[in-house]
Amino acid sequence: MKFIIKRLAYSVFVLVGLSILMFAIARVVPGDPARMALGPRAPEWAVQRLRDEMHLEDPIYVQYYHWVKGAVHGDFGRSLVTRRSVASDIKEFFPASLELALYSGFFMGLMGIALGAVSGWYKNRWIDNAVRILSYIGIITPSFVFAIFFVLIFGHALQILPTIGRIPSSLTPPPRITGMITFDALVTGNLFLCLVGLKHLLLPAISLAMGPLSQEARITRTTMASNLDKDYVAAERSSGLAERTIMFKYLLKPSLIPTISIYALDFAAIIGNAFVVELIFNWPGLSRYGMNAMLQKDLNALVAVVMVYGILFMVVNIIVDLVVGLLDPRIRLGEKSSE
Amino acid sequence: MPTPLLDIRDLHVWFRVFKGFLRVLDGINFAVWPGEKVGLVGEMGCGKTTTMKAIMRILPIPPATIRGGEILFGGKDILRMGQGQLQKIRREKISMIFQDPTAALNPVFKIGTQLQDVISCTSESERSLKNEDIKARTIQVLKEVSLPDPERMLENYPIQLSGGMRQRICISTALVSAKELLIADEPGTSLDVTIKDQILRLIGEIVEKRGTSVILISHALGAVRNMTDRVYVMYAGSMVEAAKTKDLFDNPLHPYSQGLIAATPKLTGGGVGEGIPGRIPEYIDPPAGCRFHPRCEHVMPICSDKKPPFFEANEDHQVACFLFQNDR
Amino acid sequence: MEKDLYRQRELSRIKEDIQRNVYKFTRNPLSIVGLSLVCMIIFIATFAPYISPHPQSAGKYVNFYETCKPPSLAHPFGTDRFGRDVLTRTLYGYRYSLGMAAMVISIMGPIGIVLGLIAGYYRNSWVDTVIMRATDIFIAVPPLLLALAVCSVLTPSIFNAMLAICVAWWPWYARMLYEITCSLKNEFFVQAAELTGASTFHILFREIIPNCLAPILTKMSLDVGWVILIGSALSFVGLGAQPPTPDLGTLVADASSYLPELWWEAVFPAFAIMLVVLAFNLFGDGIDDMLGEEKGG
Repeated sequence: MKFIIKRLAYSVFVLVGLSILMFAIARVVPGDPARMALGPRAPEWAVQRLRDEMHLEDPIYVQYYHWVKGAVHGDFGRSLVTRRSVASDIKEFFPASLELALYSGFFMGLMGIALGAVSGWYKNRWIDNAVRILSYIGIITPSFVFAIFFVLIFGHALQILPTIGRIPSSLTPPPRITGMITFDALVTGNLFLCLVGLKHLLLPAISLAMGPLSQEARITRTTMASNLDKDYVAAERSSGLAERTIMFKYLLKPSLIPTISIYALDFAAIIGNAFVVELIFNWPGLSRYGMNAMLQKDLNALVAVVMVYGILFMVVNIIVDLVVGLLDPRIRLGEKSSE
Repeated sequence: MPTPLLDIRDLHVWFRVFKGFLRVLDGINFAVWPGEKVGLVGEMGCGKTTTMKAIMRILPIPPATIRGGEILFGGKDILRMGQGQLQKIRREKISMIFQDPTAALNPVFKIGTQLQDVISCTSESERSLKNEDIKARTIQVLKEVSLPDPERMLENYPIQLSGGMRQRICISTALVSAKELLIADEPGTSLDVTIKDQILRLIGEIVEKRGTSVILISHALGAVRNMTDRVYVMYAGSMVEAAKTKDLFDNPLHPYSQGLIAATPKLTGGGVGEGIPGRIPEYIDPPAGCRFHPRCEHVMPICSDKKPPFFEANEDHQVACFLFQNDR
Repeated sequence: MEKDLYRQRELSRIKEDIQRNVYKFTRNPLSIVGLSLVCMIIFIATFAPYISPHPQSAGKYVNFYETCKPPSLAHPFGTDRFGRDVLTRTLYGYRYSLGMAAMVISIMGPIGIVLGLIAGYYRNSWVDTVIMRATDIFIAVPPLLLALAVCSVLTPSIFNAMLAICVAWWPWYARMLYEITCSLKNEFFVQAAELTGASTFHILFREIIPNCLAPILTKMSLDVGWVILIGSALSFVGLGAQPPTPDLGTLVADASSYLPELWWEAVFPAFAIMLVVLAFNLFGDGIDDMLGEEKGG
């Protein structure tokens, strides 16, 4: 418990640092953000009003102060593109990205560990080699290539999976509880809608997951293979423990530790790649919103989006550290001096 | 003469490496009778642990291959047994105490969990025990190795224990499934001398109480001398001498054994011995014939030609050296 | 006379070291594949203008007689909608991608390494805190995100993309070096050097660094793949290289709107990306085998 509080406090500090960094980046942009936002034809008085509103003529630390004041109240300023408050934009688009990231992350973790474990158990048999080749392909292929590939095959050639958006425009989305379609549909008892949402999630989530999944599989396999040679496995065998017990219980748990340690990094890959993949699938999520913000130099939105993802990533990191601590007592209890 | 409990005959074990094969075990002959305490001494790297692992069939088989020989236990060949019979032996008849207790315990599971699993799989063949029985038995086993506060110990992880305690846990685990033969691979080597002494004493007491046979592997001759009835001396993958403990230490016959015993510092004076010139050979291209011949002062032409078998030098004292070929 | 003997022994020892390393590297045939691919790609990148069939396709070029032709003998990868030869553009693409990766790693690598070294050596001082907290802040967001953000506030160009990746990349080297230095700091050879009064510079660069070479070199060669992946993602969304520069990511992006009819425009550059990442991954694994700890036995 103390651990969580310490981590949270530290994370706040890091987030503050991040906000400073992002703010600095956003204000470094050459040119006049207000003019760029309103376009070359806007009258000067409108541009000046926007400049005042954004405090663009104040020194940078004053600007930052204004930003923080707003941020603490949930006000990230106005989007220069959508003209709405960034906060409401975030509220609208974040659940879609969160849903995508969650499904992708879940798929990545499950399949990565499963494939890696199978690969490690049947070391050097055909299934091991197959998984290794597949994971190489996963690592070397950019996620946007996977996305395009899936769109081509499943969307166009085979026509069995949808490639645009979250649900077809002909259907109405479920009432908005969390904003995540599958979850909302399930909770309100609309199984059909939930399945439709899942179908739409399938391609983008898998495209995002392929790279990190391969990393997880690879590490799991390597760890399992090296743990198989460890003394404690030999000791367990010589005690007569059933081979199945050894594999499924005594080998699996220690082998998972490195895998889960890098889960946070792999999740980071999902978040990062989402920016490109959401664009390809026209997924109305925060990443696509953020991407547009970047392309159109919508600075307020940009900073806010980065902060949101920073917070998400921080939460994931803390969870991962907790899980690893649960799994590995050496970390929890600290190293006692050995003789 | 009663049949030996364990009888290794002409065992050859090779390890595959990229450059070829490491011919580690080169025709091992080794026997243990019921109730006997046998010592196995030799330098590090001479193949003692490999031999023991071969007995338990826990050698990592992809790099290791067994090239020939038999390991008879109670008359049946372990190497050719089916999985079911092998498990039975591992669970009930033979067990092993590993050299490094830290590496031999799974770091992410509680002691209690590991011990309970071993106990419950051991008693599968006897009768199925209930949870409380298993727990009681666990505590009883921990008490046998003089561990303080066994109840608390069950909840600990290996990382929380000292080296001596870990070694005792390993011993207790081994005791659960060692009714007939206990293999102790350099017990206490990684620990303080005082703790090591305690551990050896503990093993001795337990073995006396139960009447189990013991194979005590050590490169510390003093411990072997105190605890064993018979001793084998091993060099570079072969047994070079086998004798009653007293006979070996009073009268070592093989040139290597002589060098080994001479090199041990003695409290009775005489200073530290000189050690044996040379090094143990590379297993990938070992010397032909007797593997000790490049370092031997009494080397003869036949030594580089043929491998010496065991010759009976005296009663119950065998030497694998052509010097003793004509002795009866 | 003695000195000559000493030199001789040193030389033969070095020769033995090299032989042993070559042996370890070549144990895995995949590493050799990686090495050959890497050499081939570096060759292509360097000599692209001389070996590509239609060098003019790399720049502003239009040839309406040859547009949208599928792969043929004259154009093994086909042509795009401007009539430019896709093979040429792919080969030039390697130039840009590899060049970008080389620059990022050769600039950010040393900076990150030195920062990590210093932070690790002066552990628990203010230097450590400042540097490590800075890395914490930079890695609080996924690297691709940070690179995208930086890239977006600058004018899109290959140089700015490089800058963005640099910003996102340096903390990883610093962290890795920090951890290694911390653990090596307590080793005997460092303490021995300190006791004999060696200068800090000497300790850092002549004692500690040679012992980190394995993970550093491995990471660097694996990173080439990563930088290319991120760089191509940046170009794909239009924040990196601008048309008509044939960066591999741009090639795929341009072509993606014309799928699936003009499949060759996208497929070949995509495979090109995969090939270079594969090459450096295999090569990096080989380096790891060669310089890393001995395993198995």
